[in-house]
Order: sequence, then C-alpha cells, then structure tokens
Amino acid sequence: MFLIALKMLIGNRGKFFGMLFGVILTAHIITQQLSIFTGLMARTIGFINDMPLPDLWVMDPKVQFIDDLKPLQDTRLLQVRGVPGVDWAVPLYKGAIKARLSNGTFQTCNIVGLDDASLIGGPPRLLEGQLSDLRQADAVIVDEAGAKGKLAKPGATKQDPKVPLKIGDILELNDNRAVVVGIGRATRTFQSQPVIYTTYSRAVRFVPRERKLLSFVLVKAKAGEDIKQLADRIFKETGLAAYTQAQFKGLTINYYVKNTGIPINFGMAVGLGFLVGVAIVGQTFYSFIIDNMRYLGILKAMGASNGLLFTMILLQTTVVGGLGCGIGMGIASLTSILSKNSELAFLMPWQIPALTVLATGLITLLTTMFSVWKVVRLEPGIVFRG
Amino acid sequence: MSAAIICNSVSKSYRTEKTVTPALRGVDLEVNEGELFMLVGPSGCGKTTLISVMAGILTHDSGECLVFGNDLKEMSEAERTKYRGETVGFVFQSYNLIPSLTAAENVSIPLLLNGYSRKEALQRAEEVLVQVGLGTRYRSLPTELSGGQQQRVAIARALAHHPRLIVCDEPTSALDHQTGMEVMELFRATALKEQRTLVIVTHDARIFEFADRIAVMDDGLITEIRKSTNQPPLHHAT
Repeated sequence: MFLIALKMLIGNRGKFFGMLFGVILTAHIITQQLSIFTGLMARTIGFINDMPLPDLWVMDPKVQFIDDLKPLQDTRLLQVRGVPGVDWAVPLYKGAIKARLSNGTFQTCNIVGLDDASLIGGPPRLLEGQLSDLRQADAVIVDEAGAKGKLAKPGATKQDPKVPLKIGDILELNDNRAVVVGIGRATRTFQSQPVIYTTYSRAVRFVPRERKLLSFVLVKAKAGEDIKQLADRIFKETGLAAYTQAQFKGLTINYYVKNTGIPINFGMAVGLGFLVGVAIVGQTFYSFIIDNMRYLGILKAMGASNGLLFTMILLQTTVVGGLGCGIGMGIASLTSILSKNSELAFLMPWQIPALTVLATGLITLLTTMFSVWKVVRLEPGIVFRG
Repeated sequence: MSAAIICNSVSKSYRTEKTVTPALRGVDLEVNEGELFMLVGPSGCGKTTLISVMAGILTHDSGECLVFGNDLKEMSEAERTKYRGETVGFVFQSYNLIPSLTAAENVSIPLLLNGYSRKEALQRAEEVLVQVGLGTRYRSLPTELSGGQQQRVAIARALAHHPRLIVCDEPTSALDHQTGMEVMELFRATALKEQRTLVIVTHDARIFEFADRIAVMDDGLITEIRKSTNQPPLHHAT
C-alpha cells in the first residue's frame, strides 16, 4: 500500500511539485539564513580563532567583546608576567589605522602589533614571505583579502583590474612608511577590513601616541597549571580580566547577540521561512488530501484502517519533506561553495542542517496531523455519493 | 438456498445538531446467497443507506442486520473494517478508480489490504482483468480507458479478493445502453460464481431483467419485492 501511496502522491504532479517547492524554499531559507548568521557570528570571533596558542587573554575587565578596546599601560604586562603559574606573557596591540592608497584615497585597516621577540599572534597561514621578515625595517604583513581587495592598487585605466599588493610594495600608514614583506591568510573579521600585522613596537609607533596602548596580554600557563585557577589568580593580583579562548569567544558572541539587531533580523527571516513552509506545504497538502478524499474514502470502505491511512499520509509527507529538505539544504550548500571567495559570510556547522531537518520534520508532522484529522473523520459513505 | 443477508426492522437516521432525518424506517429483508438482488426506488428513499449498512460502512440505529451470520451492529470499528476488507466488494456509479494507478494496480488494492504481496496481488489482478475482458489493458491508466472499460476494471476490483458480497451503486447509470448490458452480463457471468451475493442499487430499468429479485423502496421502507420486472410482486412489505 505504501507504493500506492507514493503513486497517489506523485500522480498529482501539480500538488506534488507545489509541496516540494514549499519545503525546498523553507529548507533553503532556514539553512541559508542560519548559515549567514553563523558566518557573521564566526567573523566576530575570527581574530580570536586565529590565535590558538595562548591559554588566556588578559584585558581590562570592562572589555565586552574583541573590538571593545580598553587599552592598558605597558607596565601591566610586567605585572601579569609576575603572577605565579604564568609561563610566558606577551603584548598584543589591536587597533585601527588609516592606510593611504596610491590613488590618494584612505582605507581604514586593522593593525595588529605582535610581540617583537616571539612574534606570537601572526596570521595563521602565510602565503608569501616569512613571519620573521617582520623584523626588517618598516615591515608589515598584509592579509590576502586586503591585499587583493581594499588595499590593491588601481589598474592603469579604470577598466583594468586592480593589482594586488605584493612583497616589496610600500604602504603609507598614518604618514609612516610601511613595506609589505608577506601576505597572510587571516579569518575575515566582522568589519571585513584589511588586517596589517607588524611588531608591537612598530604598531604603537604607527598609531597616534596615547598613554595606554596595550590592548591585550596573551598568556601561556605553565605545564600542569589549572587555567581557571590561573585566570582567577591574574584577576586577584592585577585586577585584569583573564579569559580562555572559548570564554572570550563566548563574551564576544554574547555581546553581538544581545546588543545588535542581528539575531532578531535573522530570526525573523528564519521564522518567516518556517511560516512560509507551513503555509505552502500545509495548504497544498491539505488541498491534495481534499482532492484525494474520495479515494481515501474508497480505501477506507475497502478495508483500510485509520492506522494504515495515517501511515500512508505520513509516508507521503515524509517523502515530500525529506526530498524538499535535502534539495533545499543542497542548494544552500552550493551557495556556500560558490560564495567561498566572496564577501558572503556563510558557515554551516552540523547543527544547522540538523535544525533544518527538525524544522521541516515539524512542518511535515503538522501537515500530516492536519490532514489525518480530516481523514480519520472521513465517512466512508462518501464513496456512494455521485 | 440460505440467506446471505437478513435485515429485521433496520432503522437509520441522519442527525445534525438541529434535525433528525430518518433514512430507514424498519426495513425487513432477506437476500439469498448467489442471488442478484436489486434495490430500486426514487431518490432519497434509503437505497444507498441500506447497502451502506449491509456493507458495514454505516451502523444502523436499531434492528438487526446479519450478513453471513455476522451481526454488524455488534462489531467493533476494527472488526467492521476487517469485515469490509474481506467480505465485501464495491462497485460505484462513477467507477472511483484512483487516476494515478494502472488498471492492475487499482484491482490489486483490495488484495493488498488483505495481506497479499505486491507481486501476488498484481498477478491476481491481471487474472481478473482477463476475466472481465481487459487482459491487454492492465497497464492502462483510468484516463486511457472508456467508461465501460473503467467499470469493468471496477468490477474486477470488486471481484479480485473473492468477496462473498458485492454491493453496487448505480453501476450502469453512466454507461450507454449497450455497454450497460455488457456490464450486467459480465456481472452475471463472473460475479455470481462461487455463490456470491450481489446487491445492486439502480434506477436503470433496462437492467431489471438481470435481477433474480427486485425490492422497491420508498421513504425508508421496502414497499414491494418482485421476482423480476415482468413478473407480479411476490409479496408486499408493510
């Protein structure tokens, strides 16, 4: 009887494709919007992800997220180094700087100043040059997206493509000469600005002079040290907040979730996708059931139990749901692949497909219950009506 | 000849919140095994309600309806479903073939409902389609068949699972005279084998000659039972 149920479903092509379209649209909207939301959230913590080496990030206790910079005095670094259990502690500068491009325009960039001695915190992958090249005079490393995009040199004519920055090119950073010694690949940040890596001492020279310039202290715990206890000890002895990478990521994401309209906007899109799915699929399947009411009545008259009819309807909705969900997520995955090198923030961890399956499953279940209710109440005497 | 169906004072009313409409007002009737029995009468006289009760589709309010010794009123919903699946074959006025299924698949439905495998059911369906003269059309969709051919498929569907009772609602009303006669001949030739009982509701006077007996209904009662259209009534019911 299950094959009969499938033939009844596919036989009504208009309704079948209508329902399928509804589920595809729903699954696609939910997957895509959630993936873009996750992609954007991941970009907010991209800078933290790029620095897996330290155990703790030490900062002003009032810092709310990665870009909420409340610089410290350089002497704080020594205080942190003096806390028992700290293996090493290095300074990290993070700030914004204006780069003057060869056509005279300015581009705001993120500048990252690494510990002069260890160079801890450099780009996770170097495509050209070496990290140690930062020890050369005026040396900077530029991230790939910035080098090819916002910092690229204009072509000879307006029609010509931009020329990416390459090793040896000169940049003007806040009236300071900087020489590109490497191209690195960094995770895109939320603002998608170019990232320029240099040494800590050079970074604080490039940017306008302030009394406090130390953004973060990166700390490595001694072997066997309890990280949480060390964080507590740093706070107790220095008054500075110390977060693990996971805690700092959580703090940052939490800030964006609570203080920006991003979750509401995406939540509305996802909710709308779900409602569209319920409306299109529910309405079309209900209409399909109404169209087939006579035949379901015949099956009932010929001895099909309510349980069997329920199973047949469930099979029909499951097939539509499963197929639509798969295609919808497939299209979203294709978007992900095609947008890999674009500005689109798209990240699809396994939880998103799982959630999409859950949402389409819920639509399928609601649609089934809605239709089955009609079928259970169906009077088999309908078969004798002309 | 033993009785297949015995109805004693069967009554049935349709109820809404505000109204009660009596459809059967105490029907007394016996239909024999192997008999082709017709129910005739004006629209709304209760014919369809009566065959619905006999087929286990509707439950009567009072009285007794025994079909092959089974008291339908005493059956649970599940038992009635099983009874319909095993004992009753249906033929409808508008054929009611599922349009997306082939002739063979339509015929196989009662077999599948009775636990046949798909292969066995399709094999048996093809045999029955041969019996009704559609041996070459078993892969055709209903839309590819004429009205007469569709009704033959419907008859094959009613016969496939060897039911003891076949109920037909206006089986010839949508067919032309010639095709209607052919369908009735088919009923006589195939359906009455194996001591099957046929109860046919009809308005079509052209087919009365095929009946063993004809019951005339009016206003929820059987007013007359006669042996055939050409013969005088056997008795008058009150």
